[in-house]
Amino acid sequence: MTGGVLPMPAEPPVAPVMHDVPDDGVLTTQLLAPNWTPSRGWWPLFLISGAFTVLFVVGMTVTFTRGIGSWGNNIPVAWAYGITDFVWWIGIGHAGTFISAFLLLLNQRWRASVNRLAEAMTIFALVNASLFPILHLGRPWFFYWLMPYPATTGVWPNFKSSLPWDVAAISTYFTVSLLFWYLGLVPDLASARDQAPGLLRRRIYGIFALGWRGRAVEWQHYRVAYGLLAGLATPLVISVHSIVSLDFSITQLPGWHSTIFPPYFVVGAIYSGLAMLLMLMLPVRRIFGLEQIITEKHLDNIAKLILVTGTMLAYSYICEMFGAWYSGETVERYSMLINRPFGPYGVLFWAMTLMNVVTPHLFWWKRLRVDTVVLFIAGLLIWVGMWLERFIIIAGSLTRDFLPSSWGVFAPTWVDWSLLLGSIGLFSLLFLTFLRWVPFVPLSEVKRLRYELQRDQIAGPRA
Amino acid sequence: MSVRAMLGATQTPRLLAEFGSADALVAAVRLLEREAYQGVDTFTPFDVPEVAGPLGLGRSGLGWVAGLGGVVGLVAAYGIQWWANVHSYPLNAGGRPVHAVPAFVLASFEGTILGAALAAFFGLLIVLRLPRLWSVEDEVEEFRRASVDRFWLAMPSFASDHDRAHAEELLRDAGAVRTIVFGKV
Repeated sequence: MTGGVLPMPAEPPVAPVMHDVPDDGVLTTQLLAPNWTPSRGWWPLFLISGAFTVLFVVGMTVTFTRGIGSWGNNIPVAWAYGITDFVWWIGIGHAGTFISAFLLLLNQRWRASVNRLAEAMTIFALVNASLFPILHLGRPWFFYWLMPYPATTGVWPNFKSSLPWDVAAISTYFTVSLLFWYLGLVPDLASARDQAPGLLRRRIYGIFALGWRGRAVEWQHYRVAYGLLAGLATPLVISVHSIVSLDFSITQLPGWHSTIFPPYFVVGAIYSGLAMLLMLMLPVRRIFGLEQIITEKHLDNIAKLILVTGTMLAYSYICEMFGAWYSGETVERYSMLINRPFGPYGVLFWAMTLMNVVTPHLFWWKRLRVDTVVLFIAGLLIWVGMWLERFIIIAGSLTRDFLPSSWGVFAPTWVDWSLLLGSIGLFSLLFLTFLRWVPFVPLSEVKRLRYELQRDQIAGPRA
Repeated sequence: MSVRAMLGATQTPRLLAEFGSADALVAAVRLLEREAYQGVDTFTPFDVPEVAGPLGLGRSGLGWVAGLGGVVGLVAAYGIQWWANVHSYPLNAGGRPVHAVPAFVLASFEGTILGAALAAFFGLLIVLRLPRLWSVEDEVEEFRRASVDRFWLAMPSFASDHDRAHAEELLRDAGAVRTIVFGKV
């Protein structure tokens, strides 16, 4: 070796977190404008979402009046679309908390302009997620039996079963996400109150703003409370999907009975949520002209997160298969190595592999990480692929277990499809409502970030 | 005279000053600290933690509140499970121990988080006395920009008009865009 030092190649310029942002007043006016008048295309989208929501209601009505028999579920495949939809939606929610809470704790500045969208996604996904287990109860009107309440019957839920764990996890997750989201909104609702045209709107936003004035003492406590909620939401990202995965892994079924499930599910959850975030964020960014505050830096970072979580997920797929093979168990090996790739849902397995394992590797290229069309299509593929993954794990594993004489397959009915497509409709309906009436970019955080960036420019960038 | 106007009128006069930037506000607050003014308050569209020191604001105690909430949540969640499954309705499923600690851990963890989060959120509302439907500042039209792009500073009543005029001059020198005397003079 010679002692010479090779010259380092020049660092490629990093896209800024925000650029060409107008002053705070213009910025506020621009970001609140969609809350005063509906933008073009809002009504058509709202009506389409509404139609799908009606489909959801129809599916639920049939389920309530005729029972689970109206679904394609059978024995052995007692869990299929319903639980798949549940796991899928709750997984999607995880990316919102990841972005808003995890990245806040890690002091990642770029989260400021996208966290509100991500948190809204979490809450609306959780609304859907919490509906499916209730629909699946058989007698959904007794859902409150899962809660520990002092009943005259003297019967309590069995906390050694995983289902009450789910109830605890989901209700906690929903409550904490809602509080976190709302607390973040309060200063922006105060801006909306002070900018709103007309007394009625001033009053409505005023009520929701809780009388926030931005006093020094208000901010002093707010900062701590917001940080605390972020810190509390962070372990939820880990714990909720871990608990969901225990619904499967504490059973004996090959394909479910695996110790890798908690981390495997958590990674998949964040992965699917980031994919859906792209599908929501890219149109919002384009329609509302938010390119200055949701910059290429954001797209680049989310694509990198997808690359990381996608690779971790692929590793989990391999581990899952390896574990089955290494166990030496005949049925385990059959379930994972033969039934999955070549069984009744073999085609779905290969489609899933293509969508979830191959797609993220597009993002090794910087050009593709900032290409909105590529990002949107990749998001869509991963979004669908992650639904397929849950279906393959849940229904696929159930089709063939220990006893070949009781093997069977599942085929969805129109009710199954109505509930799946309808839940997407309800999500869109809620999301459009949110875009119409709630400040969807965190104004106070973006203004603070702008102030910090300007200050850094004067003082020189900090490490 | 409306009730709100009457409320405003009975308030002691306050001096409000508007600043165009956070830096100007911070500079003014530091100046007032040096001049030993008491009871100064600021209103900003985003968090400006730099004013906390000069205004003499202490650390927020909400961390303790949340911690206490977490302990209450933990005890409640574990307690409910123990009461239900060990004491009130013991269920022998496959000969497993009735008091199954590992199975109770998960819901207890969620209960801890829930208790802490509720305590942090509602603790904040209680500490700040929110929700509040009206505050004096609502009566000043220009003050609406305090949540948008202006930085306001409020000073309490003064012993004399002369003192107030002096403070006003100080604030103007510090870069206040405008000053407003509010309340019954």
